[in-house]
Formats: sequence, structure tokens, C-alpha cells
Amino acid sequence: MLLIACPYCGPRAEIEFAYGGEAHIARPGPEVSEEEWAAFLYLRDNTKGVLAERWRHAHGCGRFFNALRDTRTDRILETYEMGAARPDAKQGEAA
Amino acid sequence: MQKFSAFSLARQALGRHLGWQPQWRSVAPKPSYDIIIVGGGGHGLGAAYYLARQHGLRNIAVVERGWLAGGNTARNTTIIRSNYLFEQSSSYYEHALKLWENLSDELNYNVMFSQRGCLMIAHNVHDVQVFKRHVHANRLNGIDNEWLTPEQVKVFCPPLNISPNIRYPVLGGALQRRAGTARHDAVAWGYARAASDLGVDIIENCEVTGIDRDASGRVTGVQTTRGPIRAKKIGVSAAGHSSVVMAMAGIRLPLQINPLQALVSEPVKPAFPCVVMSNTIHAYISQSDKGEMVIGAGTDSYVSYTQRGGLHIPAHTLEAICELVPDFRRLRMLRSWGGITDNTPDRSPITAKTSVPGLYVNCGWGTGGFKATPGAANLFAWTIARDEPHPINAPFTLERFREGTLIDEAAAAAVAH
Repeated sequence: MLLIACPYCGPRAEIEFAYGGEAHIARPGPEVSEEEWAAFLYLRDNTKGVLAERWRHAHGCGRFFNALRDTRTDRILETYEMGAARPDAKQGEAA
Repeated sequence: MQKFSAFSLARQALGRHLGWQPQWRSVAPKPSYDIIIVGGGGHGLGAAYYLARQHGLRNIAVVERGWLAGGNTARNTTIIRSNYLFEQSSSYYEHALKLWENLSDELNYNVMFSQRGCLMIAHNVHDVQVFKRHVHANRLNGIDNEWLTPEQVKVFCPPLNISPNIRYPVLGGALQRRAGTARHDAVAWGYARAASDLGVDIIENCEVTGIDRDASGRVTGVQTTRGPIRAKKIGVSAAGHSSVVMAMAGIRLPLQINPLQALVSEPVKPAFPCVVMSNTIHAYISQSDKGEMVIGAGTDSYVSYTQRGGLHIPAHTLEAICELVPDFRRLRMLRSWGGITDNTPDRSPITAKTSVPGLYVNCGWGTGGFKATPGAANLFAWTIARDEPHPINAPFTLERFREGTLIDEAAAAAVAH
């Protein structure tokens, strides 16, 4: 079970959280092509390496936040608030 | 290839079993092939076999990053069934099931296919309605499936607790009698042996690191850890690493991988006669021929390439199983493991051509790829050889996510995800 540091509540067990998939995906406007709309809905990078992803502290404060996690090791490098820019991934440390 | 038979067994026994030959040739890569299959699991090895056997192609290589069938082929719970809801899916899985029924004979290799029946049990009104819908849909498509009352469930699988007073009582079950299990390693080894005998090169410890294309965009070969290999066509069947391999050709796939765990108990005498699955409480069990209870646990929610997961996931499954099969409370669990499952948004696979000429992909089997092994292999081979899909896999395209022609099998996939 992962130990996840909620930016608002501190480190808590994974079972308190709900996963929200890849972060920083902006919803496009109505002018986009079918390809771009399909990409927004369905295509994900499925990153092998450092992934920015959304979590929700569902059984805690209930708030969404983002995390950087290395999908090769499941190690969480950093958590940060929604709306903040993606921090630089510490690639060397993660491997 | 040495033929397996009662006679060959007796003859080798007289020679103290010192005369057996390797099952397949282990070779170094040649500079060039007509077709390269990326991924040496059951689906990839099977595709190479059918390309050689059914389509008369000979100059084929299977390249595998690790060792033969060491990925998801080695990490599943070996259940085979075709009782999916929609016609497109049930046709695909039924195609696979029909191939399973004759596979040991065809490959001269005992894949230990055992049609002991798969019972999917219902615990609430919603389950009953959904499973009855499945039963009717399957029967309309000529696929066997029948509804059992709790008493009939008890007769078919006596260890189950059908008391109405448990947390999730058994209200009935959908039984596919032709469903069952097979030996996961054996299907890969059988295909490898048969493909190798037809001239297919099987190259292990050969990781693909790049896909080469010419000025027109057409594939020309792969870069590997054992050097470049040229090829006219490339079929990618890399399960949990499909996104990684296809990104080398600039293709993003509608996939997200999740760890899926399973575990086995200590081996005991025959005590469980069939496959039992429960979607609602998320338990599925069968007994291996060695005597272990093979138990499928759930998926972890997050993307991960680690091939493991959190212990709370199998713990949840075991709680449910101990209630449903009280006899199993005293079983000790011997080992657990995780595979990484490549899930599509509609929980249906992709077996298709891609926008890159000469590049084909078979992926997105998620939590249910083992049962499809012969069917997926057979139809992937067809798609590669003819450069067009077979009618059965024609709906399973990449384009369906743009067109909206989804095949939403999330309910039939049986794993809560």
C-alpha cells in the first residue's frame, strides 16, 4: 500500500485516496477536430517513468491534488496542489 | 520436432529420458525477416505459428525482451470462457474457445485444457438481471450459458456457502459449461515448439529499442539490444509494454496499465470442481491440476510498471472468499504476484492495423487476455498476413475511439476496474 502525502492533511494510507489518472490534461474548446477531441478523451501517455497524476483524498479532506510518481518503482517523488505547475521531475533520483 | 505420444514416452523412458531434444530452437537474430513479432508471450508466439501454418509465411522472427512467456502469460489465473455480453466480443472469445478445444491435438502438446465449467455467481438483484441478460445474449449468439438457482449452484459446486444469511448471499449463477482452464505455460511452449518447427526464429533477451521507418513512413525494421533487424512488417503484441513500444513509432494508444494481482494456496487434494467468479465481491477461484487454489485478486487503481501491487487488494479478495467458501479459511497462501494489464477505455482489446504502414498492434487485453490467446493469435496473424482484419476482429480498431463505436465490456471483464 502506498503512503501518500496529501498536501493538506499529510501522509496517509493509499486506501484513503481515489486515483484520478494522468494530470495536466486540459479540456479543449469546441473548435477542435475529432482527432483532438478523441485524444483528449481517450489517449494517455501511460508513462513508464515519472508520471504526473491526480489523486483525491476521498476519505480525508476530499480535495484533489497532483503527485509525481515513478511508475517503474511506485515511489512518490512529490505531491502538489491542483493548479500548480508540474515540478521538475527528479529523473536521476527516481531511477 | 520430436512427436509426443504414448509410444515416444515409453521409448524415452527406456532410454532413461536422456534422449529428449529442446522444444524450440534458440537462435541469434538474422539481419532481415519478412515479419517480426514483438513480444514472445502466448499471443505473439501464436501469431507467429499461424502466420507460418495458415498463411504459408516462413521468414518470421519473434523477439522477446526477457524470456519466453515470462510476462503476462506467466502471470494470469488461466481462466477460459466466452460468455461476454456483446456480439463482437463474444464472437472473438468464442473463436478463441473453439481453437482451445482442439489446441492440444493441433500442437501435439498437452495444454491441459479442462472444460470444468465457469460459474459466475450473483449476489444482488442487479447481478441477477445482468447475468440473465448475459445468458440470453450468449444463447442468441449460439454460445452455451445457463442460469442456475442457488440450489443448482450448490449441486454444481458443493464447497460454496449458499446460506441466505451471509453478507453477500448467492442468489444464483450463470454457468458456461464449455469454459474452464488451461496450463498457461504450456500454450506458449506449445506454440513456440510448433512455430520453431515451421522455421520461425524465436529470439529471447532481445529488447526492441526503436522502430525504423523510411521516408514514406513505412516500417523497415527494429533496433534491438542485439542490433538492428530489418523487417517488412512488424506486429506488436507486447501486453503491458504496448504503449512503450508503439511510442517508438509515434503512436499513442488509448491504454492505461494497472497492476493485477493473483495468488495461490498450498496444494491440496481435489476440493473445488470448477471455476467460480464473483464480480460483485471480486473473487475468482479455480483449483490447479497441482492442487493449488488459484485466486484472482483485483487491480490496483494506479498506473504502474512494477508488476506488483498493494497487499490490501488480495486481502479484500480473501475476505470475500473465506465467506463464500468457508472450507478455505484454513488454507495457507503460498505466493502472490502481479501482472500489468493494459486497459482500454471500453475494456475491449485492439487487434488492428495502425496508421503506420506495415505496423500492426494487438493490445488492450487488460485483465482478460489469456482466454483469448489462440483467437487473438489467429486473427492477429490474419490481419498481418492480409493487411486487413478478419471479420471477427474488424470492430476492434484504434479508430473506434474517434468514431465512438465503442464495445463497452466493462461489466463482462469481471475484474472491478
